[in-house]
Amino acid sequence: MGIGTFKGGVHPYDGKELAKNEPIVELKPTGEMVFPVSQHIGAPATPVVSVGDSVLRGQKIAEAGGFVSAPVFSSVSGTVKAIEPRRVATGDMVMSIVIESDGNFIETGYNEVDDVSKLSRDEIIGRIKDAGIVGLGGAGFPTHVKLSPKDPDKIDYIIVNCAECEPYLTSDYRRMVENPEMVVAGLEIMVSMFPNATGVFGVEDNKPDCIAKFNELIKDKPRLKVQPLLTKYPQGGERQLIHAVTGRDLNSKMLPADVGCIVDNVETVCSIYMAVKQGKPLMHQIFTVTGDMAKKPCNYLIYLGTSYKEILEAAGGVKGDVAKYVSGGPMMGFALFDLDVPTTKTASAILCMSKDEASMYETTACINCGRCVEACPENLIPSRLADYAEHGQDEEFEKWYGLECIECGSCSYGCPARRHLAQAIRTKKKTILAAKRAAAAKK
Amino acid sequence: MSDLLNVTSSPHVRAKDDTQRIMLYVIIALLPATCFGIYNFGWKAALLIVLTVASCVGSEWAWNKLLHKKDTVKDLSAVVTGLLLALNFPSSIPWWMAILGGVFAIIVVKMFFGGLGQNIMNPALGARAFLVISFAGYMTDFSEYPGFVDTFGGATPLATIKAGGLAQVDILRMIIGTTPGTIGETSMIALVVGAMFLILMGVIDLRIPGTYILTFAIFVLLFGGYGFNMDYLVSQLAGGGLMLGAFFMATDYVTSPITPTGKIIYGIILGLLTGVFRIFGGSAEGVSYAIIFTNLLVPLIEKWTVPRAFGIAPVKKEVKTDEK
Repeated sequence: MGIGTFKGGVHPYDGKELAKNEPIVELKPTGEMVFPVSQHIGAPATPVVSVGDSVLRGQKIAEAGGFVSAPVFSSVSGTVKAIEPRRVATGDMVMSIVIESDGNFIETGYNEVDDVSKLSRDEIIGRIKDAGIVGLGGAGFPTHVKLSPKDPDKIDYIIVNCAECEPYLTSDYRRMVENPEMVVAGLEIMVSMFPNATGVFGVEDNKPDCIAKFNELIKDKPRLKVQPLLTKYPQGGERQLIHAVTGRDLNSKMLPADVGCIVDNVETVCSIYMAVKQGKPLMHQIFTVTGDMAKKPCNYLIYLGTSYKEILEAAGGVKGDVAKYVSGGPMMGFALFDLDVPTTKTASAILCMSKDEASMYETTACINCGRCVEACPENLIPSRLADYAEHGQDEEFEKWYGLECIECGSCSYGCPARRHLAQAIRTKKKTILAAKRAAAAKK
Repeated sequence: MSDLLNVTSSPHVRAKDDTQRIMLYVIIALLPATCFGIYNFGWKAALLIVLTVASCVGSEWAWNKLLHKKDTVKDLSAVVTGLLLALNFPSSIPWWMAILGGVFAIIVVKMFFGGLGQNIMNPALGARAFLVISFAGYMTDFSEYPGFVDTFGGATPLATIKAGGLAQVDILRMIIGTTPGTIGETSMIALVVGAMFLILMGVIDLRIPGTYILTFAIFVLLFGGYGFNMDYLVSQLAGGGLMLGAFFMATDYVTSPITPTGKIIYGIILGLLTGVFRIFGGSAEGVSYAIIFTNLLVPLIEKWTVPRAFGIAPVKKEVKTDEK
């Protein structure tokens, strides 16, 4: 059994008080909506509508481009205006379906089932697959693939990642406070697919209200349990969470299923419930507008495809000069260079920051203090890895386990010399992995 | 796309502690020992401290200025070096020797190797070794000891013990620090208070000083020749540069291993070497040479102790034989 924590990690200022107590408000979009066909890990989806078509809310507009892929649905009713490459939050140009909303939100029918317990495993997976559900915590890995391990009998833990360890983000917290029964129902569906599995809510102990609520709801459900976790970043990292809950370790070459676990975040589990029970495809995310420069920090139920700009404006905009806008949390989110980009399945927050701490300090010499070593949840020596990365010593980099980095940023956070450790390691990791893929493709 | 927003790589937040603040913590932690040294040895000690610190800071500033490098004085590491070096002087050395030591520490031991983070041995200890070799008479003369009734006859407690005079040593005075010795090494209490502050502020942990002191204590009990004699053990721990060395010099980030296991090995080697030098060596002291020598082993220790990443299983022996 797990110990409720992991080795390493840091304690950044958590900033959650800004938006924590703001109830989720539905934000209906207006005008143009953009749906990139690649919002997940895997093959891009293929558009199944043409320019000029009228679409309904909930209609499939792009179908999965393979097994590891996911379809895309329109969250509004309206007319397809264009199918063209558009800028997305990461800065890439991605083929997107642009729909002009008619403002009426006319829905297609949904195929609701009365009793989910009568559904077979394959039927459940089929419904999840058809709903376009992917890991909504940020990775975007198609959920139906995750739920189809080689040997379902060997899965003994289904873990709901309720850690929400990223500072400032409160979307999962609001979901757990407002709809805990939905999270429980979602997990029950998942557990029903794996005969030997226990369902676990892994919740950081800075959310005692969620722990209490879950405990109350699962009183008569012997297959579900709550595991409180020590509050520490990155407790919500997949490998760290599995270690904290089960005591099992895994490395970068393994999948959670290799150690008998399946991990999904809160919103993904809710979406599974909505897809399996109500037949609703994935059209929404809970989205936090926050940061010290946000005029009115809040939590929205957004329609996927709404632009970051529209959401921020709806929340009253910003207080003054913003040094940096971040999509996601401050530790692993990425800075936006344009706000007029669409929200996708993996969007979770916009953070408006008055300071750019990543660039405001001058980098000085490494003093070998070892804070990065203490902070690294993967037991690496980040300062050396960054040296190897900067000097192009790829062999040393791999030998010192550079490819095991989970890019959590704990090393850079604590570095007194203000070195950009995570950035250097992440970049080197990407180039090495790309080279490996290219070499494998040649063979 | 004309008005692009500012973009930098994650993480977008940083902790408060930077190099300057860490060095400031070390300076604060050394203040109890510094103040006690001045109280114990008088105004001359204060003068030597000021001169050494000024010499270190001045050397670093001048080096950077002359070589058109960015000024690094504000990271305060030169102040720490100066302070540590001064605390390693007997109060009786001439003023010019303090300045020479500061210049040697910064220019030869630190800047020649590339400045902060690149030096292979602790600058203060390197300079001390240089001065001891060059001016042995001055550097090992502890007879000038003002203010207190001198029951030691000009010898440090450790030298007295080495000469077989364990019975003449006042252990309580050794712990408080009212004994001859170098300016900053005499008071165990003042040093431990400073060390506790460093541990509390997260600047150092007990891996190095803990294993160092423990290994040394065991070594002394085994080979000291006094058996399980608490008086002997405590006087060995409180005497000489052990506390100053273990908490403030062996823990020097730059010259100690970065790997967690490496820190333990480093501490053990320090404890063994200090024991060998003190008990079997010619001098009663051994801390600074033990640290300097072990500093040089650090790259090797680190190479042996690269930790296995999280989730990487230990390499099985069968796999190894298969490869053969």
